[in-house]
Amino acid sequence: MRKTTSSQDFIRGIWNENPVLIQMLGLCPALAVTNSVANALAMSAATFFVICCSSVLISTCKRFIPNEVRISAYILVIATFVTLADMMLQAYAPVQHKELGAFIALIVVNCMILGRQEAFSAKNNVYRSLLDAIGTGIGFTIALVMMGGFREMLGTGSFLGYSLFGPNFEPWVIMVLPAGGFLTLGFILLAMGFFEQRKKAKPTKTETEAVEASS
Amino acid sequence: MTEENKNSDIQAENQTTAPVQEVPAEKPVSTFRLIATLAVAGTLAGLLIVLVNQHTKPLIDAYKAEQLQKAVYEVLPDTDHYNTYYLVDSSLSLTLPEGAKESEYKRIYVGYNADKQLNGVAMSRGESGFQDVIMIIFGFNPNTGKLMGMKVLDSKETPGLGDKIFKDMDYVNQFFAGPSTPLIPTKPGTGKGMPGEIDTITGATISSKKLIEIINHALEEWQPYLDHGIPQTSADGEVNP
Repeated sequence: MRKTTSSQDFIRGIWNENPVLIQMLGLCPALAVTNSVANALAMSAATFFVICCSSVLISTCKRFIPNEVRISAYILVIATFVTLADMMLQAYAPVQHKELGAFIALIVVNCMILGRQEAFSAKNNVYRSLLDAIGTGIGFTIALVMMGGFREMLGTGSFLGYSLFGPNFEPWVIMVLPAGGFLTLGFILLAMGFFEQRKKAKPTKTETEAVEASS
Repeated sequence: MTEENKNSDIQAENQTTAPVQEVPAEKPVSTFRLIATLAVAGTLAGLLIVLVNQHTKPLIDAYKAEQLQKAVYEVLPDTDHYNTYYLVDSSLSLTLPEGAKESEYKRIYVGYNADKQLNGVAMSRGESGFQDVIMIIFGFNPNTGKLMGMKVLDSKETPGLGDKIFKDMDYVNQFFAGPSTPLIPTKPGTGKGMPGEIDTITGATISSKKLIEIINHALEEWQPYLDHGIPQTSADGEVNP
């Protein structure tokens, strides 16, 4: 029955099936709130909390949830944890909460979270579901921080609020505007595609060398 | 990750779970159980939210009150303490009618210096800017008609452009330099030396002009009540810290 090991469950979401960069899920927050690293981190932390709690709860209670109402039940669980995350951010990180605004509430409809519940937590035990959720959460964080880093560095000339290039740097304002989100994501995907192709091309080379050597 | 790999993974996932999905298909679930499941889940979710809300609400309210208090002292320099006056039946009152909700009443914050003499009045107002509502608070001396300070409380103006209304300190400092009211928005470099002139920001003309308009509108609205007289000395026992 079991096709993957625990470590594969964990690592899969971080890179090979990165939710944002490979699966193209959860793009709404990835584009909207990555104009600074601090915002990207706050959004990642909230999403990480929601996906881990939802996965644990859903994999624990999967026997009690009838198939017909499973999606409603998943959404209810996710919405509850999002509301909790929203309240806690507002109480303990009010500055970030103000910056992220409506996007915290919109974690409910982040298809990455519902997708993991339906595809994994509903079919696997608590331990594996938690590993999968942690891996996916870290993958999401990597993607968001990567985008936030590029956009903040070019858009405001700083990283996590610390100035990098001195006062003579002319910020690329477009990078912190919505268009900058699309551009950054586009360039990251382009770079990933380029390296993926090179990786694919390599074995072919060795194959040809082997053929040459044998002949 | 190639497309083929992804497909094979998805297939593998489906194969693994096929038996789990078949079970409910064989045994139809009663409507009562469907409703009961969601009802129980909903009740538990509600309970959890209420518990966390009870814990976080005092923290959130305290933070909001602290931010407002800080802002009042910032826009009314040299203020020792202030009183909140509510607009009740077209007159200023320190107290609200019994059973009234505080949030439903407009208010001003009247600041006094250490000698309990009137220092200035702070008022907040929000109007639509370039992107969304710009919420500001500003201090005003009703005796001299001069502005004392201004702070942007909430703004979603364009990062890098419109957000200069609170990041460009040359612009912000003009409000602390005691300009006369009503304020006159002026294109930078074209001012005629009038006492109420405020230079707008190139690249953020709409947002910076709007901010000046908000202050003028707020003063227009409150002037009749201010003219009726604000206590020039602080009332004992009714002070905010």
